[in-house]
Amino acid sequence: MKILLVFAALVAAAGSEQLFVGDQVLRITASNEEQIALLRMLGERTELQVDFWRDPTIPGHPADLRVPFSSLQAVKIFLESNSISYSIMIEDVQELLDEEKRTMMKSRRLERSTSTFDFASYHTIDEIYNWMDTLVNDHPSLVSKIQIGQSYENRPLYVLKFSTGGSNRPAIWLDTGIHSREWITQATGIWTANKIAKEYGQDPSITSILDSIDIFFEIVTNPDGFAFTHSSNRMWRKTRSINAGSLCVGVDPNRNWDAGFGGSGSSSNPCSETYHGPYAHSEREVKAIVDFIRGHGNVKSVISIHSYSQMLLYPYGYKTAPAPDHQELNELAKKAVSDLAAVYGTKYTYGSIVDTIYKADGTTVDWAYDNGVKYSFTFELRDTGRYGFLLPSSQIIPTATETWPALLDIMVHVLEHPY
Amino acid sequence: DISDAGLKYHLELVLEDILDNDSTVNCTAEVLYHSGNKNLAPDVQFTIHGELKNTDDADNIFYNRIKSLEKELVAENIPDSHGNVAPEMEPIRLLAWAASGYVIWQNSNENTDFQLAQIKHVKQVKRNDEYLEFDYMILLHDMASQEIIPWQMTVLWHPQHGVQVTQDSRQPKHELE
Repeated sequence: MKILLVFAALVAAAGSEQLFVGDQVLRITASNEEQIALLRMLGERTELQVDFWRDPTIPGHPADLRVPFSSLQAVKIFLESNSISYSIMIEDVQELLDEEKRTMMKSRRLERSTSTFDFASYHTIDEIYNWMDTLVNDHPSLVSKIQIGQSYENRPLYVLKFSTGGSNRPAIWLDTGIHSREWITQATGIWTANKIAKEYGQDPSITSILDSIDIFFEIVTNPDGFAFTHSSNRMWRKTRSINAGSLCVGVDPNRNWDAGFGGSGSSSNPCSETYHGPYAHSEREVKAIVDFIRGHGNVKSVISIHSYSQMLLYPYGYKTAPAPDHQELNELAKKAVSDLAAVYGTKYTYGSIVDTIYKADGTTVDWAYDNGVKYSFTFELRDTGRYGFLLPSSQIIPTATETWPALLDIMVHVLEHPY
Repeated sequence: DISDAGLKYHLELVLEDILDNDSTVNCTAEVLYHSGNKNLAPDVQFTIHGELKNTDDADNIFYNRIKSLEKELVAENIPDSHGNVAPEMEPIRLLAWAASGYVIWQNSNENTDFQLAQIKHVKQVKRNDEYLEFDYMILLHDMASQEIIPWQMTVLWHPQHGVQVTQDSRQPKHELE
């Protein structure tokens, strides 16, 4: 229904290829007659060029208003200063139109495809696993799905492989969702995987990268935890492994790696959110990745994606001594963060884990680095605490969009600095 | 370092209006973490260099809306799992934000870094006077330990008299969840 509305409302303009880049659609709820009158007046101000997709009628009933990018600030100030509540229904009208165009041009033979998947909402594990299959289906010569192991509760651990051929090419490893409550990461992972597949052959950077390097992407790195965040506790972080002798469940998968394992930057209490586990790599979810990366033997970069805090981090977390490649990693982080900020102004801090966030022992990137993977980074995505783990789904696409250039910077650097 | 007392920090910060990114005001503050009794809340002195926006209109609209409810307000999971907050719940969330600021202050030390993660449950408590009273169960996220800590707080509010936390207590975590 929404799709029809969008198309119908803009079909007149579409003829002359008017662009709606950055335009937003606001859902406005007037709470009294006075506010209704104010909204009607807003609509009459021709200089703002707003148009109501759904007119303000009676208080309590939402009105939908398309606002051109150039009038956004003025309109929002007007609404806020008159205490008229609103929410952003469509973040970027042009993006929606482009998406629609793609959808409509697609052949009827394709039942489901990645272009009808709703990237702007959070999904269940089944939805994500199904989508993975459609991604592979849509890009069979580029993407394949491999299983690297099973979780504690026997869920498959799937990794998407992006490869244009070759044999044991140098590889980049990406993971999202190792901490299950960080929902923006799995969502960003999906969007990014789709972006990689879509842009191969279009975007020069990702094309050069994939022409020489393989990408391995594990989107649901902690499936048991993720299922638990849907079924029982949205704030669950750890795995769901049972701890002998304790009522408390789960191990922090980002304290379970064999790099400074068991130190003060983790907890020996099974009830703690940073419990390191009985021994390094005790968790199947972690062991599977360890075995994969060791077995592969040619992984040049590990990028592990978390939320929240808006940071780009590199080793070490388990010690204060700077990593030997500290300078190079720092320069690269600086560039990535700058390119990220250029998209929407989102500010990130960067540095080593121990300097920037806290001492953390047994982390993914420290293990990777100590095992020869020079370009090891951890992202902490949006936000900085206002919504924290409960980042509104309206921020999924903006977050993924701004993170993309930062990821590209790292991957391009890996391409240009073979070792 | 203030020997015998603790560690004092001088801060220069910018306050930004949550509802209007372009509205900012500079602030300086001094925070003293006590070295002796670790259970003492840090001392905070601050100066706001500028003016905070007047919120009378919004406050009165909210106040009157709640006052005119037939049944006491009850709600849960704000924001919900997907980060959504119903527009009419936004002031309830902002009130919790302000009140949790007090709770966080009272329970902060140099090893904590609290944020309000979610309102699990909120119930309006009927009162005979002009104040609004809400009983909140919130979740605080401590970035330092990564723990999620349930906390109960009783919040009083009135447009002219501001926010007050009259009672608050840390809750035990249910291990089987």
